[in-house]
Amino acid sequence: MISLLQEAAHTAAEHTESVASSIAHGETETATGLPQLDLTTFANQIFWLIVTMLVLYWVVAKIALPRIGAVLSDRQGAMTGDLMAAEEFKLKAKEAEAAYDKALADARAEAGKIVAANRAEIQKELDAAIAHADAEISARAAESEKRIREIRDSADTDAREVARDVAAELVRSFGGTVDQAAVDQAVDSRMKGALQ
Amino acid sequence: MATEAHGEATGLSFHPMDQFIVRPLFGDGAVHWYTPTNVTLWLFLIVAATLALLVMGTRGRAIVPSRSQSIAELAYGLVHKMVADIAGKDGLKYFPYIMTLFMFIVFANFLGLLPMAFTVTSHIAVTGVLALSVFLTVTAIGFIKNGAHFLDLFWVRSAPLAIRPVLAVIEVISYFVRPVSHSIRLAGNMIAGHAVIKVFAGFAAIAAVAPISIIAVVGMYAFEILVAFIQAYVFTILTCVYLKDALHPSH
Repeated sequence: MISLLQEAAHTAAEHTESVASSIAHGETETATGLPQLDLTTFANQIFWLIVTMLVLYWVVAKIALPRIGAVLSDRQGAMTGDLMAAEEFKLKAKEAEAAYDKALADARAEAGKIVAANRAEIQKELDAAIAHADAEISARAAESEKRIREIRDSADTDAREVARDVAAELVRSFGGTVDQAAVDQAVDSRMKGALQ
Repeated sequence: MATEAHGEATGLSFHPMDQFIVRPLFGDGAVHWYTPTNVTLWLFLIVAATLALLVMGTRGRAIVPSRSQSIAELAYGLVHKMVADIAGKDGLKYFPYIMTLFMFIVFANFLGLLPMAFTVTSHIAVTGVLALSVFLTVTAIGFIKNGAHFLDLFWVRSAPLAIRPVLAVIEVISYFVRPVSHSIRLAGNMIAGHAVIKVFAGFAAIAAVAPISIIAVVGMYAFEILVAFIQAYVFTILTCVYLKDALHPSH
C-alpha cells in the first residue's frame, strides 16, 4: 500500500518535473490527456463558479427580473387600457352615429311636413283661384249670351222691318196698294226659320 | 518544439485540448483554489454580459422596447413560459434560479465560441456543480413540499403491483444518474465541438487541404452556434422537468 503511494508520488513528481522543464525550455504548455480531468484545478473552478453564481443570481433575481417583469406588466396594462379606451371610443362613435341618423330622420320628417303644409296651402289658393275664375267665366259667358241674344233679336226685328219696308215699297212701285197686314204675314212666313 | 513531439512526419500539430487548460491569469504559479485563472476571467465576462443584456439593455424600461430590451424580454419570456408550462404555476417561485442558470450557460457557451476564448461549460467541474446543485435543490424541494410522498416518484402506481419493485429500482437508479447525464451532456457537447474545430483548423497547415479545412471550420462553427443555444435550452428544460417531478411527484 505504502509502496504504491510512494510510486504514485514519484510519478507525480516526475510529471511535474517534466512539465516544469518544458516550461523552462520556452514551450507553450500542452495538455496531456483531458484538462477537464485535472483534479488540481477543480477547487479553483468550483470556488470561482460559486462566487459567480451568487453574484449572477443576485443580479438576475434582484435587478433584472423585477425590472423586465415590471416592463412587461406595464405593457400589458397599457395595452388593455388602450383596448378599453378604444372600445369606449367605438361605443361613443356608435352613439354619435345613432344621434346623427336620428337627427337626419327628424329633419326629413320636418321637411316632409313643411312640404305637405305648403302643398295644401297652395292647393287651397289654387282652388280658390280656380273657383273665382270659373265664376267669372260663367258670368261673362252669361252676359255674352244675353248680348248675343239681344243682338240676334234686334237683328230679327231689323230684318223684318227692312223686309216689310222693302216689300211695301216693292208693292207701291208696282202700283199696288199696300196692305200692311198681308205684307206682314208674307214677311213673317218667309222669315220663319231663317233667323232663329 | 511541440511539433517535434506530436507530428514530426507530417508537419502537423494537433493540440485540440490545449484550449481547455486552466491557467493562472498572472504568472506561472500553481493553481490554488483562490488563484484568479482564465476560468475566473470568463466567469466574470459571463456576469458582465448578463449585466449588459438584462440590466443595461433594459435601462430604458420602454413600453416600446429597444433591440437589447427586446432580446432581454425574449429571454425572460422563453424561460418564464418554460417554467410555467413544465413546472406549473407553483414552479414560478424558482423562476429566478432557473433564469440565472439559463443566462449563465447561454453566455458561457456563446462567449466560449469567440476565438481564443475559454469555455467554462466545457469543464466537468463547472457543469457538475451546476447539475449537482440542481439535483440537491430539487430533491430538497421534493422532500420539503411533499414529505414522504416524494417517494411516490419511484413507486409507479399505474404499473401492475408485481413489477412495481423492479420499476422502483430502475426509477431510483435513473434518478441518481440524472446529475451525471445532466452535467456530461453539456460539457461533452462543448468539449467535442471545440475540439473538432481545433482539429479541422490543424489541417489548415497543409496547403492542399486548407480550403476544405476552412470550410469545415466555418460549417462546424455555425453548427456550434446552434449547439451553444440548444444545450443551454436543454439544460434549462431538464431543470424544469426535475423541478416538476419534485413539486408533483405522483405519476
